[in-house]
Amino acid sequence: MTETTVAPPGSPGKSPARAGVPRLARFRDLALVPAIVVLIVVGALIDPAFLSGDNLTNVLQQQTELSLLVLAEAMILIAGKFDLSLESTVGLAPALGVGLVIPAAANGLGTEWPTALGIPLCLLIGALVGAFNGLLILRFKLSAFIVTLGMLIVLRGLQIGFTGGQNLFALPESFLYLGNARWIGLPASVWICIAAYIVGIVVLGYFRHGRAIYAIGGNVDAARAAGVRTDRVVWAVFIIGGLLAALAGLLMTGRLGSVAAAQGDGMIFTVFAAAVIGGVSLDGGKGTLFGALCGVLVLGLINNILTLAGVSAQWIQAIYGGIILIALMLARVTSGKAQD
Amino acid sequence: MPDSTIPAVEARGVTKRFGPTTALDDAGIAIAEGETHALVGRNGAGKSTLVSILTGLQRPDEGKILFAGRPAPAFADRDGWRRNVACVYQKSTIIPTLTVAENLYLNRQAGRGPINWRSMRARARDLLDQYGVDVDAGRLAGDLNVEQRQLLEIARALSFGARFIILDEPTAQLDGPAIERLFERMRDLRARGVTMMFISHHLEEVYQICQSVTVFRDARHILTRPVADLPHDELVAAMTGEAAARYQARSRAVRPDAAVVLSAEKLTLGERYHDVDLTVHAGEIVGLAGSGSSGKVGLAETLVGLYAADSGTVTVNGGRPKPGDVTAALRAGLGFVPQDRHKEGFVPLLSIAENATLPIAHKLGRFGAVSPALRRAKAERMIESLTIKTTGPSQPVGDLSGGNAQKVVMARALADDPKALVVINPTAGVDVRAKQALLGAVEDAADRGAGAVLVSDELDDLRICDRVLVMFHGRVVKEVPRGWTDADLVAVMEGVSDD
Repeated sequence: MTETTVAPPGSPGKSPARAGVPRLARFRDLALVPAIVVLIVVGALIDPAFLSGDNLTNVLQQQTELSLLVLAEAMILIAGKFDLSLESTVGLAPALGVGLVIPAAANGLGTEWPTALGIPLCLLIGALVGAFNGLLILRFKLSAFIVTLGMLIVLRGLQIGFTGGQNLFALPESFLYLGNARWIGLPASVWICIAAYIVGIVVLGYFRHGRAIYAIGGNVDAARAAGVRTDRVVWAVFIIGGLLAALAGLLMTGRLGSVAAAQGDGMIFTVFAAAVIGGVSLDGGKGTLFGALCGVLVLGLINNILTLAGVSAQWIQAIYGGIILIALMLARVTSGKAQD
Repeated sequence: MPDSTIPAVEARGVTKRFGPTTALDDAGIAIAEGETHALVGRNGAGKSTLVSILTGLQRPDEGKILFAGRPAPAFADRDGWRRNVACVYQKSTIIPTLTVAENLYLNRQAGRGPINWRSMRARARDLLDQYGVDVDAGRLAGDLNVEQRQLLEIARALSFGARFIILDEPTAQLDGPAIERLFERMRDLRARGVTMMFISHHLEEVYQICQSVTVFRDARHILTRPVADLPHDELVAAMTGEAAARYQARSRAVRPDAAVVLSAEKLTLGERYHDVDLTVHAGEIVGLAGSGSSGKVGLAETLVGLYAADSGTVTVNGGRPKPGDVTAALRAGLGFVPQDRHKEGFVPLLSIAENATLPIAHKLGRFGAVSPALRRAKAERMIESLTIKTTGPSQPVGDLSGGNAQKVVMARALADDPKALVVINPTAGVDVRAKQALLGAVEDAADRGAGAVLVSDELDDLRICDRVLVMFHGRVVKEVPRGWTDADLVAVMEGVSDD
């Protein structure tokens, strides 16, 4: 047997085997838990109402749409790509889905397809947007950043174009259900989110295709050399991303009772902030969905605390943005590495 | 027992064209079971193309591949290829963000069901133990050093069950002791019956580790012979197509009263080196030798201002540039060829002319403008003096071969006719002819009166030096005048010399 002297000083010998995801990732995952605890304590001190079941449920429900978008964006970022157009899909998918089934008198397109098709259409549109993004990025080798920036504008423009810039109010009951219903004491949308994250975490942590996403983001040539069908996997990720954005739009529509012309507008900044605070790398290959979810919770709690603390509506945006920047700096300092 | 007359691997009459260029022209190779076979040739001789054909990544236009006398698997049958041939490519195929275990079992972490991380790590540990690789399977691959990553690649490549492995320039990024350990491992693999194809630009390594050698030149097979029957100069002649001896260092006399152009006094930087004194006179070339951990590269990079020393001073051309400021050092009259040309040497998308004149752009026009005509003229002179093989000054450096790109980096260092020159590993990954041009350029600069510091892992390069300083664990332990033998220098570098 050959002797080896390659172990650098300070490297541990054989570490005990542990079940579960790799150690480092898990450690990074829990980095935000203390921050969440601190925020809950701060919230409780500012206003006793913070800890009430109603308020906490409210916080969760308000974050469901954001968390679905972050789930989508985190997967796309881990695969080493970008999708800015998610926020426009949040508006367009439900608007077009509704438009195809409601009468022209209610700002519909006049097709008046069966109402039951509304939700499937909405999800299909989301998936198609993702597929089209993937087509441009993978087949035409365009930069994901600029393609999805273009799509962000086009999709928003389409929605404003065919709705005439109007909000859609006359929505079928089925459309409102998911955003309003409560299942076993919690809003249905919260359950949907929990389910989506569990599926996502399990697939990305324990299945070959999920791990392929990390491999692609880490080094696409190496992934290809290992036999991963890289284009197919990335395409699937974009399609799932679009689908999740459409679902987020559906939940938002149900919660608000209408499809606003600006639905989802401006969300993408928060989506990226939550993902990066949660430890997802913009360079790909790094980060976990659990971390991203923690990022969402941190931002949701901050938002709620600011509202309860009575910060004036005119200032809340500046303060919220400022806190996001501070959170990013803290995440950078605690991780000890340059943010990428 | 396999029939010993049937080669383990054979390529017969392989031709491969890429558009107008012929990468392989009716070339072939036959490698006997259990031998370590060298494939050598200059840049562009067709080595890489043969590797990608032998590993099934590219389909030959003509000819065929045989493994142990049987035709190679179908082109699409990746697993079939993997069972026959393993390859450690020049470019790392380790994913830094994943753990060692996952890299080993990438895309085969589990069958259909979910991944069992515990059992995968156990399997990874078994595999690493089997090949004697002492790396924790749970670590992130990005935290490993170059040598460990390479061992990981070898273990992974062999884990598919192949008994034939291609090592494509495995020593290019390793230092002396690490190369020795790699060779030890290769001998061990050979003892276990593994057949290897070894590609390297360092001919000494071929003699050290291989039993036979195949030479490719200009896309053709030139010869295959046992290394024992092939003297060094014949091998070089086969590669270059002419009887070219080793680079002949010129003799030059440094005038004792020559000015000091570059010096360091009591230079110390953290763990890297301590209390180093260095004096370089005009017209003199001073070599820095040592292993990867000796601090020689760190010292050279401090001289050019990439690092600021903790204590001590650097004097360039009589002045003291601000420590840790490359621009200041260059202004003071220093030229610099960095260690990693891809990282610090050139901007791949910019043309040869722009790259080579980057430091002197301010002299090529007035008020911040750069005259394209002046730049072109200057670049054409550089291309001629360094014999850069190119379509013209406007060709992007990224399109050039390794040796020619390195010449552009050298041209940039020499652009301003520097008084002092710091050159780090100038001949890494370049072929014999380019090596001669690059070393010649350093000697030319010395003849023009510049003083040079040459840091190299290759002993042959250091023969142009008037004296060589050997570093060991951050200290200069010996100064060796011209006329040393390899054995002298290596003994001091490894710290086994008793004086």
